[in-house]
Amino acid sequence: MTDWTRATAAQMADSLAAGEVTSVALTQAHLDRIAAVDGDVHAFLHVNTEGALETASGVDADRAAGVSLPRLAGVPIGIKDVLVTQGLPTTAGSRILEGWLPPYDATVTRKVREARMPILGKTNMDEFAMGSSTEHSAYGPTHNPWDLDRIPGGSGGGSAAALAAFEAPLTIGSDTGGSIRQPAAVTATVGVKPTYGGVSRYGAIALASSLDQLGPCGRTVLDTAMLHEVMGGHDPHDATSLREPVPGAVAAALEGASGDLTGVRIGVVTELGGEGYQDGVRQRFEEALDAARGAGAEIVEVSCPSFVYALAAYYLILPAEASSNLAKFDGVRFGLRVERETIERTMAATRAQGFGDEVKRRIILGTYALSAGYYDAYYGSAQKVRTLIQRDFAAAFEAADVLVSPTAPTTPFKIGERIDDPLAMYLNDVATIPANLAGIPGMSIPAGLAPEDGLPVGFQLLAPAHEDARLYRVGGALESLLNATWGGPLTSVAPELEVAR
Amino acid sequence: MTSLTYADAVESFDPVFGIEVHVELNTKTKMFCGCLNEFGGEPNTHVCPVCLGLPGSMPVTNGKAVESAIRLGLALGCEIRESSRFARKNYFYPDLAKDYQISQYDEPTCFEGSLDVVLDDGTVVTIAIERAHIEEDAGKNTHVGGSGGIQGAEYSLVDYNRGGVPLVEIVTKPIEGMGDRTAEVARAYVATIRDIVRGLGISDGRMEQGSLRADVNLSLRPKAPDAASQSAVPFGKRSETKNVNSLRAIERAVHYEAGRQAELLLAGQPVIQETRHWHEDTSSTTPGRSKEQAEDYRYFPEPDLLPVEPSRAWVEELRGTIPEHPSRMRSRLREEWGFSELEMRDAVAADALVLIADTVAAGAAPQAARKWWLGELARTANEREVTLQDLPVTASDIAELQGLVDAGTINDKLARQALEGVLAGEGSPAAVVEARGLVVVSDDSALEAAVDEALAAQPDVLEKIREGKVQAAGAIVGAVMKATRGQADAGRVREIILARAGVEA
Repeated sequence: MTDWTRATAAQMADSLAAGEVTSVALTQAHLDRIAAVDGDVHAFLHVNTEGALETASGVDADRAAGVSLPRLAGVPIGIKDVLVTQGLPTTAGSRILEGWLPPYDATVTRKVREARMPILGKTNMDEFAMGSSTEHSAYGPTHNPWDLDRIPGGSGGGSAAALAAFEAPLTIGSDTGGSIRQPAAVTATVGVKPTYGGVSRYGAIALASSLDQLGPCGRTVLDTAMLHEVMGGHDPHDATSLREPVPGAVAAALEGASGDLTGVRIGVVTELGGEGYQDGVRQRFEEALDAARGAGAEIVEVSCPSFVYALAAYYLILPAEASSNLAKFDGVRFGLRVERETIERTMAATRAQGFGDEVKRRIILGTYALSAGYYDAYYGSAQKVRTLIQRDFAAAFEAADVLVSPTAPTTPFKIGERIDDPLAMYLNDVATIPANLAGIPGMSIPAGLAPEDGLPVGFQLLAPAHEDARLYRVGGALESLLNATWGGPLTSVAPELEVAR
Repeated sequence: MTSLTYADAVESFDPVFGIEVHVELNTKTKMFCGCLNEFGGEPNTHVCPVCLGLPGSMPVTNGKAVESAIRLGLALGCEIRESSRFARKNYFYPDLAKDYQISQYDEPTCFEGSLDVVLDDGTVVTIAIERAHIEEDAGKNTHVGGSGGIQGAEYSLVDYNRGGVPLVEIVTKPIEGMGDRTAEVARAYVATIRDIVRGLGISDGRMEQGSLRADVNLSLRPKAPDAASQSAVPFGKRSETKNVNSLRAIERAVHYEAGRQAELLLAGQPVIQETRHWHEDTSSTTPGRSKEQAEDYRYFPEPDLLPVEPSRAWVEELRGTIPEHPSRMRSRLREEWGFSELEMRDAVAADALVLIADTVAAGAAPQAARKWWLGELARTANEREVTLQDLPVTASDIAELQGLVDAGTINDKLARQALEGVLAGEGSPAAVVEARGLVVVSDDSALEAAVDEALAAQPDVLEKIREGKVQAAGAIVGAVMKATRGQADAGRVREIILARAGVEA
């Protein structure tokens, strides 16, 4: 009997269309897998068993009746708990939203429903997407399926781990400074942060509005491309959403699968490598470059001098916007309320009890950065850095079609290792943050396992704004070149998880 | 209570004031969501994820509100910024759903304007406008128990229907040198803003419903030895009196604050920089929160919204839709209508100018239109305790009614009955006239019969007329009018009586 959880989303879609499997069977297989391994992995905060099966049986009935269905109809999906889902609990990983049932759907949730994809559940995340390890989830950490003692990345560790543990073929993530790409890197999966505005943010619980972007997560470039086309497109409910059509991600991924990179200029960003990057990470990154060179790509060195300020600027802009975005969690209208004598004390007590330490740390940082007398020095300067980074990117893209770097400086670290060292934690995102500051699209694909620890390494690709398709074109080619050297997708060699009985 | 009068205060000090007016725009939907923008309604019925600030929701700018704001800015002589931005004003308050207000900060859409204000005696004062910016309104708190204030309340209820309603806040520059006319200027300024927003059709401008709200800032400074050096004297500490919600109250608030501050200063005590609450019942103010330490709203550009970037062509197109300045319109209408200064002032005071203009436009003579709106209708509005605009009668109804009088179909008395019917919801004047059978009887045979009947009851009348006491006919006219329930043409009745007496009419 086929283990459907091992198939790619594209294979599932084909098999569903060919009548080789039903959506109910597919969905049930994933629900069974979740039941078997999620006790150890903890990728899900909420499993939507009935809802997923209901969608699945509806799809099966329509298919049997000959109704024309969307391409991914019947293929199950996991949704990061940052997206509101009508009637399904949505916590953003925080106690302050425990028990809240949203009365509305995010635009992307609606699109997933319209695509007739059974929603398996809501995936774990660092509280309000603040973190790089999913250890800041109020509901306990997610464990990396490659080594359960290690972090699955963050904030979208649940979405990445669910893929690596074969609990879902596709998941949705959100990327404010690397929360899709860094988890993809450390779990040997694929994650894409689209161009800012390419996917509607309406209904995504905001962390930093000018940096947040929702994106697709999968085990292959093609799967991710298929989900990207479901999620993307203009939304009148999001004023910052782009008016241009969804990029042709699937066509680009299929084109890339040939493995040909003739004439493609790949720029290696000097500032995103070297010092602070683990040896095995650098080694696998260099090997991937060699493979690209072998397939006809031209490798060039580019320098982005302002990137050294990126992390500092990011940790001013993000907390500033977050301090305002999170003000609404005051116990008045929804979520946790800790009653006190006066409204001021009720608000304070609710927030004191409902928010975790990392959230409080960033709210305090952001409140300070926006205070009168400090605004210009902090928020104002950070915005200037942002402009400089955009200029660096513009110059670099003159010399190269895509820019590349290791996605994260290291392979996944142990749970608890950096929890008391915020700065070390923040450094995880040093290579992913510049894309968010500039609003450009980025992708992480697996680059192999580091020789010293046998853990996944991620390869990051960046493209100019609106050129998301270029990522799928080049990423698809690299993926097929690397898979050829490994004898198949890297996730297929992930250690078997112990199955609960 | 202050014992110093306003006159005392402005005798000893030079008042400086500024006014912030909040105009609620009458767009169909709210500023950043699709909810209905309607006054009243059951609490929390005009709400959605956006104006409730639910997690994940995002604002989208209402283009119509931006249009209204730009038109208002143009009417106030403002520059319209090519690119203006929304900003978040951060503070925690339960009626503020997101715990920040989307407003504008350093880049308001409209700035640097000036407005001519005409005082009662015709004096024109030019008020410099600092800015007119777009923002959203907050919800409404109701404190239950205690005195109705937040202090001592048992609990509070929040209604978010008003949350997210579009507002334009108009801020003046400091207004100096008005001396004893300060209160009058303040009132006239707010009245002019009200007339302008109504003329533009962008707001009801109803102070009593809060669709136009004013905050009055006032400070006193010592008088300089001569007028020329007055502007060199630094401003004193100011108070900001919130929510002064009628034109009369604007004047009174200035009076009270000037007196209060003068008393403090003369006693050698400092004026505290603070917000103050206006109390309509006692015409006085009490301290609100102190502004000694300025509140830090941590403004920053709203990242969820794009900048407002009206094209020059659109702004020019909107400029073409700006009606004339109310004071210029007033003098033009006075001339066109041939009203006396007093008649015009009464019409303005009764807020009937637009109604009269509309009635004239619908075909009535200006004096007839004035007579209806300032007479019968003003009385009815007064009885019902509503405004003229609230009466269930339109300008075209009045024009139609007057048309029936002019055509001789009804007389003044019948017209009043017809109006009564219109006000009672019985239909248009013509419909009421028909339904109630209110037609002047001019059919001679019917009138002759009625005259003969009256003469039979008072046989001596004909004799008196023949003796030259023609006025005796009045008794018969009265009797005939009574018998015909006012529907007879009195002139014709008189002619018939005289004919019966054999006297030439």
